Amino acid sequence: MLHKNPLLFRLMTAFLVMGVLLSACATPTTEAPKPTEAPKATAAPAATAAPTAAPTAIPLTRGKGGTLKILYWQAPTILNRHLAVGTKDADSSRLVLEPLAAFGPDAKPVAVLAAEVPTLDNGGVSKDLMTITWKLKQGVKWSDGSDFSADDVVFTYDYASNKDTAATTAANYNNIAKVEALDKNTVKVTWKSPNPSYYVAFVASGGAIIQKKQFADWVGAKAKDAPGNLKPIGTGPYKIREFKPGDVVVYDMNENYRDPTKPFFKEVQFKGGGDATTAARAVFQTGDFDYAWNLQIEAAVLAQLITTGGKGEHVAVPSNSIERIMVNFANPDPALGDKRSEPDQKHPFLSDLKVRQAFAMAVDRKTIAEQLYGPQGKATCNYIVGAADVTSTNTDKMDVCTYNIDKANALLEEAGWKKGADGIRAKGNVKMSVVFQTSVNAARQKQQEIVKAGWEKIGVKVELKAIPATVYFDSSAAQPDNINHFYADFQMYANSVAPPERTPDLELWTTPFIAQKANQWRLTNLNRYSNPEFDKLFDQYLKEIDPVKRAALVIKLNDFLIADVALIPLVARAGPNSGRAKDLKGVLPNAWDSEMWNIADWSK
Amino acid sequence: MRTYILRRVLTAIPTLFIISIVIFTILAAAPGDPLSQLALNPEVPPEVRENLRRALGLDDPWHIRYIKWVWSMAKGEFGYSFSSHIPVVELVKQRLPNTLAVVGIAYLIAALFALPIGVLSAVRQYSFFDQAATTFAFIGVCAPTFFTGLLFILIFSVKLQWFPFIYDTTLKIEDFDSLLKQIKQSIMPISVLALFQMGQLTRFTRASVLENLPMDYVRTAWAKGLPERAVVFRHVFPNSLIPVVTLIALSIPNIFAGAIITEQIFRVNGIGELLITSTLNNDTPVVMGLTFIYSVLVVLFNLVADIIYGFLDPRIAYE
Repeated sequence: MLHKNPLLFRLMTAFLVMGVLLSACATPTTEAPKPTEAPKATAAPAATAAPTAAPTAIPLTRGKGGTLKILYWQAPTILNRHLAVGTKDADSSRLVLEPLAAFGPDAKPVAVLAAEVPTLDNGGVSKDLMTITWKLKQGVKWSDGSDFSADDVVFTYDYASNKDTAATTAANYNNIAKVEALDKNTVKVTWKSPNPSYYVAFVASGGAIIQKKQFADWVGAKAKDAPGNLKPIGTGPYKIREFKPGDVVVYDMNENYRDPTKPFFKEVQFKGGGDATTAARAVFQTGDFDYAWNLQIEAAVLAQLITTGGKGEHVAVPSNSIERIMVNFANPDPALGDKRSEPDQKHPFLSDLKVRQAFAMAVDRKTIAEQLYGPQGKATCNYIVGAADVTSTNTDKMDVCTYNIDKANALLEEAGWKKGADGIRAKGNVKMSVVFQTSVNAARQKQQEIVKAGWEKIGVKVELKAIPATVYFDSSAAQPDNINHFYADFQMYANSVAPPERTPDLELWTTPFIAQKANQWRLTNLNRYSNPEFDKLFDQYLKEIDPVKRAALVIKLNDFLIADVALIPLVARAGPNSGRAKDLKGVLPNAWDSEMWNIADWSK
Repeated sequence: MRTYILRRVLTAIPTLFIISIVIFTILAAAPGDPLSQLALNPEVPPEVRENLRRALGLDDPWHIRYIKWVWSMAKGEFGYSFSSHIPVVELVKQRLPNTLAVVGIAYLIAALFALPIGVLSAVRQYSFFDQAATTFAFIGVCAPTFFTGLLFILIFSVKLQWFPFIYDTTLKIEDFDSLLKQIKQSIMPISVLALFQMGQLTRFTRASVLENLPMDYVRTAWAKGLPERAVVFRHVFPNSLIPVVTLIALSIPNIFAGAIITEQIFRVNGIGELLITSTLNNDTPVVMGLTFIYSVLVVLFNLVADIIYGFLDPRIAYE
């Protein structure tokens, strides 16, 4: 019958041809990955969530493993660390590009490309804190076989500090007078003024050294067009075989890597996309992947995935990423028009310390941490969380850090705020009614509810506002809903995980940094917090060059902010908050550097 | 016919020009900042962000940005991505094979199954087969892909462990083993999409055939004593195809646009996934480029559908 109908026949042929075309297109043009099933150890040691055995204890042998499969639910888009925008880019480039020194899990520097970490004691850092001299490891080669030298380090400085390059790491190279190669293996950095935070340039994630040969022609405005941005040559344990921006990176082991026993895996697949929950499933339940990044999932769901799956472990340590409620010291009343949230408009009640204390006491951070974060965060009342020497132990004893509704109510009574017929406190014709904003995020909305319940118990009317993250964190002057304009009484967010250097976190509470209309809301003191005493203490910190006294000052500054309720810290979020396969060894969670910082030591 | 096509192509030019202005204006007016990921990073102070903004050309006035964009489209680059700094067309080239391999095949399968099922449903109206097909079609239409996708993952990946649910875009088919792998990883995303598409198409075909069955020419065909197969396939089917062809032709641009949700769930990083992540990251050049390419395809396939009408029905003639 069919052949009698030419039309139908033609249609069917067309379908067939289309089918052939489509399946032809389906063939990606890349080399096939090697078999992914690495022989699994029959009796895997009962691993715990704690750091696995020290890397040196594992007999690694180069290329013995098959494919290491890493899953990020955000996909890398560029592999040149200096142009990277997100963690996904920084982490995926870390397999290839290395700094002179990394930060270890204890927030102390560890030599990577440097032969040793320069210190005051070994003379690497000059007594006047004007110079630091890095001795480089001998015989290090780039993955293309050429020699790594001090020139590459100097070039990296020239590249990243060039304003037209528009490097995202530019701030790491501030305050430097010159960087010079004393010989093939020695680099000397001279600062413009004594610099007590000397482990910033060339250290940790932003310190990635790029190859001069590859990028010499691509400094300045041309930087973004460099082909090397998608395929940088590095000194790291792996080299890039194939990169599809926004999708996947495939790496081969680097035969020129300096340690002949590393890396263990022949190949690494760094896949991106999807969502955190299915990423967790891929590691904990199906075992399709060996490592999954940033599993921001509700605590109960995560726990269930881990226990029912049984194929992986959660990798997490508290970091200096602090989920906090910021207090507006200026008046955000819309009736003020252009003067809204300007620093000269005092907040009608939040400028009163007693009121702020009451708000702080009515926040139940323990419930938030335990119910919403679980292993993914720890309740904290500190603003600065870091190594033991800079982390305050005084705040736990403070009244403002203890959840106490009765005391909070008493404080408000004392301050003259009386409950009206509707249960809302008022003083004169001012009602205690606040707007509390944050970004759209399931966990944050639940946090808002818990905070709201507490504040309602002390007679405050709370209006919650949730703003899409891209708007909330959009720093442009034309965006009134962003955190910079702060058109609310309270706002909640967390800073991202960063190296242990404290100055940027502290300076944003000083008066010269107040964000306001006059500076297009560009500066970082979003709370419009201004306290001459704090400013004086901060100046003292900046001038202090003795490391021990400096650390003590960090604690003092932290305690000052907490006692003055400049902010209400809630949770120290887990730095890496990832999942790893049970048989994956060598993963050392580290909140101070990229979680790929010791990828060379990973094995099975 | 030729003058007709020429006229349609010429009218497409101002249409696309207006579309480009609309796309540009909407995205320029939309809130969002491609650098918002850096907003909370203490390592990236505001002056560095300002500098980046300037380097990306975000500070230029809107008409300059529009002209730059049109110029880059004229060069065939369709703009540069803010995040990877490569032409949008390069990104599309990398993504298209994934999208075609999954979304394309899903549409093909849907069409191959839906047409015969639809015809049979109509011819045997209210039979058991029709009832079953109808139920099936309604499930397909009503169950959203994010639901069926997750359901499939839970059943076939987590419980039964038959198929992987993360699509490997680096897989190259070179022997039987890799072909098997490709089939295994494609089954879930393709069936999710095909199920959805099939439901719609089955209903459409059925309705269209039902409309034609009581027509006079069909009665004539029966009266001539033709067997059922001849009546249905030679007379009814081609005539019922007109609305179905419209549906298929107009959904071909959708194939190229990818399937946003399904691609996201199974990490088939195709065009749809590119569109959604670029939107979320405010990578506006990519969003503009993709939307514009999609507009071109819609305009093009509208024309194709019109031409096929003339081919299917001689009464429709263009001059």
